[in-house]
Amino acid sequence: MSHGHTTGKRTAGWMGIHRGHQARPVERLAEWFIVGVSFSTIAVVFLIFIFVGKEALPLLLGRENSALLTEVIPAADLEKIPPAKLRAYLDLTPEQFAAMDKETLKALMEVREEALKEIPEEVRKDQDARVNTTEWRYLVLPHQWSGYDKPEYIWQPVGNIHKYNLVPLIVGSLKTTLIGLAFAVPLALGAAIYVSQLARPRVKEWVKPGIELLSGIPSVVMGTFALIVMASFFQKIFGYEVRLNAFVAGIALGLAVIPLVFSIAEDALTSVPRAYTQAALALGASKWQAAYQVVLPSALPGVFAAVVLGFGRAIGETMIVLLVCSASVMSWSIFDSARSITTTIAAEMAEAVSGGHHYRILFLLGAFLFAVTFVINLIGDVVIHRLKTQLEGKRA
Amino acid sequence: MPEVTLQKISVAGGTESAPPSGPALIEVKRLSLHYGATRALKEISITLPERLVTAFIGPSGCGKSTFLRCFNRMNDLIDNVRIEGVVKIGGHDIYGDDVDVIELRKRVGMVFQKSNPFPKSIYENIAYGLRLHGLKAKSELDGVIETSLRGAALWDEVKDRLHASALGLSGGQQQRLCIARAIAIKPEIILMDEPASALDPLATARIEDLILDLKRDYTIVIVTHNMQQAARISDHTAFFYLGELIEFDTTKKIFTNPTNKRTEDYVTGRFG
Repeated sequence: MSHGHTTGKRTAGWMGIHRGHQARPVERLAEWFIVGVSFSTIAVVFLIFIFVGKEALPLLLGRENSALLTEVIPAADLEKIPPAKLRAYLDLTPEQFAAMDKETLKALMEVREEALKEIPEEVRKDQDARVNTTEWRYLVLPHQWSGYDKPEYIWQPVGNIHKYNLVPLIVGSLKTTLIGLAFAVPLALGAAIYVSQLARPRVKEWVKPGIELLSGIPSVVMGTFALIVMASFFQKIFGYEVRLNAFVAGIALGLAVIPLVFSIAEDALTSVPRAYTQAALALGASKWQAAYQVVLPSALPGVFAAVVLGFGRAIGETMIVLLVCSASVMSWSIFDSARSITTTIAAEMAEAVSGGHHYRILFLLGAFLFAVTFVINLIGDVVIHRLKTQLEGKRA
Repeated sequence: MPEVTLQKISVAGGTESAPPSGPALIEVKRLSLHYGATRALKEISITLPERLVTAFIGPSGCGKSTFLRCFNRMNDLIDNVRIEGVVKIGGHDIYGDDVDVIELRKRVGMVFQKSNPFPKSIYENIAYGLRLHGLKAKSELDGVIETSLRGAALWDEVKDRLHASALGLSGGQQQRLCIARAIAIKPEIILMDEPASALDPLATARIEDLILDLKRDYTIVIVTHNMQQAARISDHTAFFYLGELIEFDTTKKIFTNPTNKRTEDYVTGRFG
């Protein structure tokens, strides 16, 4: 007769519409959960950045001193010098410093005095021994270290004089990444165009999973393969001098990046409406012309996103470069060795004294990498957004 | 029942006699089309005259769109399609081994059911086809683009934003742009696959006016679901049912005095 009578459980008449948020409790819970997960992801990224930044902060503020030689402060002067200076002299964290009583401090000062006195005479004469190598100019500018005949960029974190120039590592990362992308992007895009536009379904069924299978190879395996097989092979072909170089690392990196770029670009190309291809063909375009002149430009935002992600993957990849080449030489030549930022962090973090200047430099590198990837992604987003508005005919 | 069908086909097959006005441009003899094991078109024979509008009508899945696509060989793109029979345009067998499909498609333009302008500017949409066929000079392009847009009754609406994206146009404008794009490369035949089915009545009316206009210069074959539309714009009408050509005659005859019972049932709305 009237609504509400069909199911006995419901409240009579229109009362049922007042159930509000109690109506679908499971869906509501699930929604909360998903929202929670997405926000916590953002929070975790943010926390990681805070953590990395915090560890690198003392360096940025100039509070680190890596100089080997400092003026000896006699233990008797304990009362006379300001606490901040004493803390720096003893290389203690504020917490450690606060926890110590005068006796301990005095003992530490004596130990420090001993240590300083034990430094051999030839090192003592080295002008570099008094240099704080964590200052900005030593990190980014070339410096003529004693024993060198011209200013150079040098990364030598271990030794009497800690040489922390970041430029060779940045160049190393850029070199391997760019070689990798230069190799991977054309191949991956070509394959994506072929598979999505030109290949027969039967061929597509084989090629697509085949390429995507590449992404299943662990980078450690890929690196080993490059180290043993590819390096010798390329040396035979190109006849260069340094067997393990940025070129080999870049190609191996490219192999790791291809499946990623391929699968995103292929998705983007496949999602271009078939109607565009049909229109082009009906106008008398060949399959190739339709693919290159109509489909590719229409899929450009997605293709660009694929390249940006490929860049992120390549610059963040550690294992391959670590295995293939790791000498930190400052050279733009692709046939010289290279040491990337990630490789450096992976190889040296375990040996660096927690809280020491080497440790902080490695965190600085991490923060730098984070910033680079962030900026590249940001630029990528802006470009993709622009391309999309352009394609969709909206005013930007 | 099968005998009746065969008889009807042979009636339609002898179309040289059916609607005689104008010299024949498209001649189809015993065309069959198979998708894998399914036969989608069965031994169709028809002759379409020049510079007239021919409408293909029939219920969904009757093969009228598939048949339309045989005229510019768009069916080639689908895997597992096999075509038997002869399609001659202007006396030339378009399925011959030496046929350049690109040249064919230049002469047989097509407008699709859903407007499909490229995600490029209005100007580039039309310039694309022209460039494909070798027109490069800017001044010439400008001229042809203006003529085509005027021809498609779109010029006044878009002349101030030729370089804006075509996707910013309304549905009806997009479809007229597609017509402009098709006529820009000066085809002789324009195939239209339900060109107004996604448009509102006003935009439909404009497209229909345009078709009547274009008739002076082009031979038009249009597939439509809209019986009134077929009656309004076409000179000849062909009725298809389950992959067969049931009846082909002047539009007037098909809608007022069809020979076949099924045609009558369909045009009077008793099935379909």
